[in-house]
Order: sequence, then C-alpha cells, then structure tokens
Amino acid sequence: MDAQTVIAKRIALELRDGMLVNLGIGIPTQVANYVPAGIRVFFQSENGLIGTGAPPEEGMQHRLLTDAGGRPVTALPGASTFDSATSFGLIRGGHVDMTVLGGLQVDQSGHLANWMIPGKMVPGMGGAMDLASGARRVVIAMQHNAKGKSKLVKACNLPLTSARPIDLLVTEMAVIAFPGGRATLQETAPGVSVQQVLDATEAELEVPQHVLQMSL
Amino acid sequence: MRTLTLADAVALIPDGASLMIGGFMGVGTPERVVDELVRQGKRDLTVIANDTALPGVGIGKLISAGLVGKVIASHIGLNPETQKKMIAGEIQVELVPQGTLIERIRAGGFGLGGILTATGVGTVVEEGKQKVAVAGKDYLVELALRADFALVNAFLADYLGNLSYALTARNFNPVIAMAADTVIAEADNIVPVGLISPDHVVTPAPLVDYLIAQG
Repeated sequence: MDAQTVIAKRIALELRDGMLVNLGIGIPTQVANYVPAGIRVFFQSENGLIGTGAPPEEGMQHRLLTDAGGRPVTALPGASTFDSATSFGLIRGGHVDMTVLGGLQVDQSGHLANWMIPGKMVPGMGGAMDLASGARRVVIAMQHNAKGKSKLVKACNLPLTSARPIDLLVTEMAVIAFPGGRATLQETAPGVSVQQVLDATEAELEVPQHVLQMSL
Repeated sequence: MRTLTLADAVALIPDGASLMIGGFMGVGTPERVVDELVRQGKRDLTVIANDTALPGVGIGKLISAGLVGKVIASHIGLNPETQKKMIAGEIQVELVPQGTLIERIRAGGFGLGGILTATGVGTVVEEGKQKVAVAGKDYLVELALRADFALVNAFLADYLGNLSYALTARNFNPVIAMAADTVIAEADNIVPVGLISPDHVVTPAPLVDYLIAQG
C-alpha cells in the first residue's frame, strides 16, 4: 500500500454516518474512495455543492457541475446546490463536521501551514483558512517527510493557515492528536515502530504508554 | 431593466472600472461578456472575483489580454500568468480568504459596513486590520466591498430580468448581483415571464439593470 492510500484509508475511519465533510485537494480527495460500508456521508464542495459524487464517466460531464478544483463531478441523490456565501456560512458556522486538508507543515502545538511558500508558491489561500478556522474538526492528511525532512516540526516557519490548532494529523507512519496543545502519538502504521516515528520526526512527540497500531 | 446587445452592454463599462465577476474556475462566468471586454480592449480594470481561472478560460482571458490592473481574489494558483504578472508588478493582487471575500461582498450588498470573522486571526491576513474581541473570542474587522459593475452569469433569465442559476454555476453570482452600482446579466437561456416559478427566482428582477440579448 502506498503512503497516500494508507493516509486516505485511515482518515476514512474517522467518518461517521450523517456527517457533512469537506475534502481538500490531493490526498484528502482520496478519502472519499474509502467511506466505510453502511454509512452515508455528505461531501461538500465549497464552490456550492453538498452531495458531491465521484467523477462522471467519460462523455457524461456537465460543464456546470464541478468540484472546487473545477473538475467535473457527479451529484448523488439528495444533493443540494447553493451560493458561495451559504457555502462558507456552512464552514464558518460550524455546520461542517469535519474537514480533511493537506499540509506543508504541522507543528508540535498543532498549528498548520498549508497555503504558501514565500518567494516560491503564492497561490492564494482559497477556502483553506475558513476551513481550518471554522470546521468542527480539522484533520490533516500529510506525508511524514518531504525531501528527507520532517514536516511535523517544532514550530512552523511557513505562514500559518490558522491560529487554531488542528485536531488530528494522519501520515503514512502515524496518527497524532493534539490534546492540551501537545503533539501526542496515538497510532503507528503497520510495520512501523514508535522509535522509527520518533527518528523521523522533528517535533517533540508525547508517547503514551499504549500506542495502538493503525487499523486499515 | 433594459435589454441590450452584447456590444452595447459592454460599452457601458469605462476604462478603470471595478468589476465583480461571477464564476469559480470559469464555471458561472459570463463568457460572452469577457470575450467582448477583450474585443473592446478595456484598460486598467479592477477585478473582484473568486479566482482568475486558467489562461484562456473566463477571467483568465482578461489577465492574458493585459486589461487588469488589480485583482481581489481568493486564489490565483491555477493561473500562472496572474502569478507572473503579479511578480513582475504588472498586476496588483489582494488575496482574501474565500469565505471572507464572499462575505465582504455580501456586506457591501446588504448595507453593512463590514463583518467580523475569526478567519485569518493569527495569520498574515490580520496585518493592518482592526481586531476586536467579542464574548472572549478574537475577530478581524473585514470591510464591505462594492464595485461599479457586477457581471453575472445566470442559467435562466426571464424578460423582466428575474434570474435563476444551475448546479455549481451559482457560486458568487447572486451575491455580486446585490453589491454593484450597475448589474449586467448574461443568461444561458432567456424565457418568457412566468416560466421561472417565483419560488425558483434567486435574483429578483429589480436588481438587474441590463440583460444581454441572445445572439
């Protein structure tokens, strides 16, 4: 199983029946492929859709039915559409139960940086700041390292997305929560030891007596 | 409400005007109006919109043609030309969180001076802004936005200018239709009065100043 699949499958286990969930682009989008059997989850696209479904078959695209990246999607039975003010009212107003976003860095207090690299990448924050500040639960899907360097750092040196700490970080190595504002190792991936996670991590990690193995 | 040809409607827009333009990555952008702005060669426009789409799509065409002096948007990442012109100093870009942008526009249209939002607190977005604490929580004061023109794309218009929208093409359109001095609507379909049920009208006719005729 590749890193992205491990992350997406583990995050999918956080989904509950009836939840309204917003998925960011990249690994977060893949979470929709692993919704546990027997539950219904409403996926929001912040361009104005609840009930976002999988991409349509070739030839079945509609130019006015797209996701937040502008890609054609389908709408599931029970879907609804609305304007951008309503869409962000859903997000800021705490109606979105969970958002899954990508990350450039997460620090040991749970701060997220995911929208710009000064001098290199200034795409604009889009909806990321509203989601990171407003969704009830913020889950980050992020590879543990980039170019051999830990992305779970002591303190973010990239511009923050929100001052509010995230709730859960899932990497291909570990699941990390932030109770009391301290990064705490909760689970390790199959075949990964606690020591391997510690060795790969720049941030200071709390390690409780019992660290579970990720079930996938 | 008056019905105008495409060319006459766009001729109302002077150089230097501020334009709110509907659409999200080009979906729900009045494409004929955009093409006509390029054809008439307007200069020094300020564009307020969610994004600048892609080169060759929607607002991306205005950027490529060099018509835009300033952009207020939440995302320009999928249009490398906007980024290039920003870095070269040819376009001034103000990046605003998407929920804050749409709510500032909503405030402008709803008679409010601005809004309070927690989005952006503790980030670079708060630089230069007033911060207030309400019931123990910090908020940024984000000021209302208005424009000279709103360029709206609807799925359906009737002869009076009642508008309804389709699927994800609604996005910024009904909100900008409240927030500009002059509202120009381009509809994919124009139908007789009465064919849009009152319950399905999203933008009421009195908000629309000009409807662009088909053709």
